[in-house]
Amino acid sequence: MVSPNNELAYNSKIEGEVVVSRADAVINWIRTNSIWPMPMGLACCAIELMAVGNGRFDISRFGAEVMRFSPRQSDCMIVAGTVTYKMAPMLRRIYDQMMAPKWVIAMGACASSGGMYRSYSTLQGVDRIVPVDVYISGCPPRPEAILDALIKLQAKIKTENSAKNLFKASA
Amino acid sequence: MTAPAAATALKEKFPQATDRVSADHVALNVSAADVFAALKYLRDEFAFDLLADLTAIDWSEGVTPRFTVVYHVFSTSHHTYLRVCADCVNDVDPSVASVVAIWPGANWHERECYDMFGIKFSEHPDLRRILMWDEYPHFPLRKEFPLAGIETPLPDAEIVEETGAKAIAAPMMGGPFVAAPEAINLTEAEPRAKDESWSEREEKPE
Repeated sequence: MVSPNNELAYNSKIEGEVVVSRADAVINWIRTNSIWPMPMGLACCAIELMAVGNGRFDISRFGAEVMRFSPRQSDCMIVAGTVTYKMAPMLRRIYDQMMAPKWVIAMGACASSGGMYRSYSTLQGVDRIVPVDVYISGCPPRPEAILDALIKLQAKIKTENSAKNLFKASA
Repeated sequence: MTAPAAATALKEKFPQATDRVSADHVALNVSAADVFAALKYLRDEFAFDLLADLTAIDWSEGVTPRFTVVYHVFSTSHHTYLRVCADCVNDVDPSVASVVAIWPGANWHERECYDMFGIKFSEHPDLRRILMWDEYPHFPLRKEFPLAGIETPLPDAEIVEETGAKAIAAPMMGGPFVAAPEAINLTEAEPRAKDESWSEREEKPE
């Protein structure tokens, strides 16, 4: 004899640990809190980038402490430093090797605009060769500014139509 | 053995060598033909065993001789410096003997000198560009080369096709940016453009 379920409210004994949500919200929540940065350290900004990984500033509070030196294992390239024209094609190649979804943070004056290097040898802003999501001002920026950029990037990721892009990519 | 004594001995052995005006170390001019023998003589006889620096001067277009190669040699046993300078004979396609056979450390110095000034070092084992990419057509430290650079395609054809990027003449925004060291106020001493009346958006007034 089977008795019908008359309960209208959520019953954890029957439903288990199920949570209902939108795919966008879930995917973005996962991506937001596990950004694996790829430190593209090219100059003195890379030193500040190292500081942001240390306990004093602690980027792991935002889930982005897994710095991978392989582009294939990371999804956020932090361009930290001066990009010369000689390096620029390599930077683009490394970016192309990262798996989608991927983001770029241009860290500091040089990566954002060429900075003080208005000269024959320096790429006048990394956005001339890769798409940039967040720019950080400063020469070099404070570690707090990097954390702020990371939070801004997280806010941006939360607005993405991830599910749509996911199915579009697989179709 | 001191640097002046070495210089005197060098002038006796190489009669074309002359004294050079100098604010610090003893300095000599030698002819481009003698420079290898003269530097080898300094190393072997006077223990100038360290090539501290190798660079060049561009006296600008129209001046003859146009290029001068400068060697700073140091003796680690006598703790003395000597500067040797040699004018390149050809102003259009300058060349001088390589000293890599005397000091292997000269290798990258000469490559940089070739990269920046276009001075060819004959007998160099591997005379390639060292800072700019191999196909770069200009010599950036020559006087006629503008600081902002000259528009040039990037070396990687695939990336150029993908991005359309190229090496551009950098926007100078009224620069070059120079500091005013005599300003007492540090804010005013900051490097700033000499002419701030124009920018990327507003054309430079003629």
